[in-house]
Amino acid sequence: MEKIAFEQLNEELFYEKLENGLDVYILPKKGFNKTYATFTTKYGSIDNHFKPLGKNEYVKVPDGIAHFLEHKLFEKEDGDVFQQFSRQGASANAFTSFTRTAYLFSSTSNVEKNLETLMDFVQEPYFTEKTVEKEKGIIGQEITMYDDNPDWRLYYGVIENMFKNHPVKIDIAGTRESISHITKDMLYECYHTFYHPSNMLLFVVGAIEPKEIMTQIKANQAKKEFSAQSEIERQFESEIEEVAEKKQVLKMNVQTPKCILGIKAAPANLKGQEMLKHELSTNIMLDILFGKSSEGYTELYGEGLIDDTFSYDFSQEQGFGFAMVGGDTPDPEKLVEKVTAILLKAKEGSIFNEEQLGRARKKKIGAFLRAINSPEYIANQFTRYAFNEMDLFEVVPVLESITIGDIQAAAADLIDEKRFTVCQVVPK
Amino acid sequence: MGVISEAIKEMEGYKLHVVTTEKFKTNTIVWKMKAPLTKEDVTQRALLPHVLQSSTASYPTTAKLRSYLDELYGANMFVDVSKKGEYQIISMSIEIANEKFLSDATPLLSKGLELLAEMVRNPLAENGTFNHETVEKEKRTLKQRIQSVFDDKMRYANFRLVEEMCAGEPYALPVNGELEAVDQIDAKSLYDYYQKAFAEDELDLYVIGDVSSQEVESIASGLFRFAQRTPKETNTLNRVSGEAKTIKEKQDIKQGKLNIGYRTNIKYGDQDYNALQVFNGIFGGFSHSKLFLNVREKNSLAYYVASRLESHKGLMMVMSGIEFENFDLAVKIIKEQMEAMTNGDFTDEEIEQTKAVIENQLLETVDTARGMVELLYHNVVSKVTVPLDDWLNGMKNTTKDEIIAVANKINLDTVYFLTGMEAAE
Repeated sequence: MEKIAFEQLNEELFYEKLENGLDVYILPKKGFNKTYATFTTKYGSIDNHFKPLGKNEYVKVPDGIAHFLEHKLFEKEDGDVFQQFSRQGASANAFTSFTRTAYLFSSTSNVEKNLETLMDFVQEPYFTEKTVEKEKGIIGQEITMYDDNPDWRLYYGVIENMFKNHPVKIDIAGTRESISHITKDMLYECYHTFYHPSNMLLFVVGAIEPKEIMTQIKANQAKKEFSAQSEIERQFESEIEEVAEKKQVLKMNVQTPKCILGIKAAPANLKGQEMLKHELSTNIMLDILFGKSSEGYTELYGEGLIDDTFSYDFSQEQGFGFAMVGGDTPDPEKLVEKVTAILLKAKEGSIFNEEQLGRARKKKIGAFLRAINSPEYIANQFTRYAFNEMDLFEVVPVLESITIGDIQAAAADLIDEKRFTVCQVVPK
Repeated sequence: MGVISEAIKEMEGYKLHVVTTEKFKTNTIVWKMKAPLTKEDVTQRALLPHVLQSSTASYPTTAKLRSYLDELYGANMFVDVSKKGEYQIISMSIEIANEKFLSDATPLLSKGLELLAEMVRNPLAENGTFNHETVEKEKRTLKQRIQSVFDDKMRYANFRLVEEMCAGEPYALPVNGELEAVDQIDAKSLYDYYQKAFAEDELDLYVIGDVSSQEVESIASGLFRFAQRTPKETNTLNRVSGEAKTIKEKQDIKQGKLNIGYRTNIKYGDQDYNALQVFNGIFGGFSHSKLFLNVREKNSLAYYVASRLESHKGLMMVMSGIEFENFDLAVKIIKEQMEAMTNGDFTDEEIEQTKAVIENQLLETVDTARGMVELLYHNVVSKVTVPLDDWLNGMKNTTKDEIIAVANKINLDTVYFLTGMEAAE
């Protein structure tokens, strides 16, 4: 077991790669009541075209299957795993994103038992035709719930506009139609391909003794047999550089229009430190342009074009990335015009100065400290970073290394009108 | 167990609460103002903290104030207005880095407290009136905030249930105020209200972090001084439920939102509150509860179905999203679960499981500074101080008979269903 100390932060991280390929990270948090653990596979909604374990042909699976699998893993022959967790005083949950599926629990007692339950239920699938059918009704209601949510429709509308071929444009939960084709055999095929320990990461953070926890995890894993697995072969169709659609207007039962300007990231296949620096530089650049202390925000708020719901963000994974700026607005066209003008002016680069950078950097460092108060943030973000070969604990040093040149480069790289797209939700 | 040790000190016009803990990398400062919820004041109270956080005399624009917050390592400042029973609570929070974890040694806690004092005591105002432009901008945003409830159908259905169920009671007032009342407010009238609120509200200051209570006290006593006051109280009058009513409303939506309101007739601080909490956990609070198992897992009717308590008003709300045509079936199944509770049709295992999960939930709440403040603030609102240990023990000692007794005190009040345009009558 390797120990990594972060002196300035007063934190210690413990790591080991187990024989079966599983990456295990443990971070003790002093003074906390709770322990939080995530067991995550690098498998999300975009992984819909791949060679199943032991086969030579690529297959395409129905939209929404990764998320469906996440639901079904909780059901076992002798009942529901939620029941077992709650008997052990834990609260359990799971989520599926574009690139990951995570199973988690948090508890303030019985940590050992709960950790055992987590590892076992994720590694012992039990799917039957009957339970698969039953789940279609439940997930159908989950999909319909999001159909009525204008912010969700707006967010996915922007992503759909951006991509022509990349599966990130598919809704994570799929559609009621697409999930109707899911069978237990397909679930097993996806499961065996993507839930091998070598494609997974276990993170435990909280009121724990690292040595004991590591010993327990190793003993649990040693009891289970996994055949050796070669690299998973996924396929992604080539994606165009520009956006697929410039604009989409959704009519919904709302009173206030909503609008997001999305920017598809330039093609790049970054990972590791380079990716981290790029992500942080781009976020700082957006902060300088649209943060509450910026000229841009002052102007937009002063003119009544934005309110509390205004936000901006940049996120990227291997193979795709995007920025979004927007929120509720009485005048979507005017908001787009103003935001576009702010972005295009920034592309020239001369607007950025040291003072802004210094402030934005301090803000990000403070935000990072605030974030690492949260065991949930640490486990989930660390995992996302690790799957992209980045290190969460490098955030502060990298922030400190960012220069005006990096901000200018980030602006030049991101901002390009042919990669802009707009989605609006307007009253019917 | 001694999970939180809160030092409370009577100051000039307010109480100071300090919790010293080493578990956070930041220090959290929360300013709370409590007054009865009234039709007269509700909209002004909803607007006031937003005006106070948008500028101050020393930082006369939002950009200047926010730049200063960025300089303080991105101190996170936000305001919030909430209902706790029939009180409307204003909260103004600043979460600021503890410089111990930075290479820069600027004393950030005192800077944070100074800034909070600047916001509450030194707003951008002249000759007894706030700055006109600031108030107008914030009025516009408040209107958008009030309207936004219509666009989120889950929130809307809950809002409508409360409006119908508590018609005529202060609790029916919307927390963000009333749209019609926004335009009646101006920079002068709001300033008058600001003075009234600071003269009459019950005021509490919480500081959570790796701090010494003496140090906080000495900084706070220099920054915050108000006239002594006797806070106003409300008498929560619970309408006696007569016949339960059913209200259906049609909108152009895809999923029906079913929200059901009950009167529990039990409030935080009452003897049987612990039993009520366990009741709610067995009935609908968790993913092992009767509602989740029967509405979702057995019948596949819903993705979400849960119940939650409004502890200071004595209400319990059930919420679920279902197909329009499943209304009767879902209501029937929910009523059956309630009947099972009143008949004592639940096992010792369900009780134990629920207690374990509630204990876990409470202990987890105090792992965040904001959770800690919210938990401690229950004591201010209810005027009953329940140390967390007592709360946990009381909850764990609850018996099956007590839970059944609680179940029999609960009355169904209103069934509200937001359904689709094409749904049958």
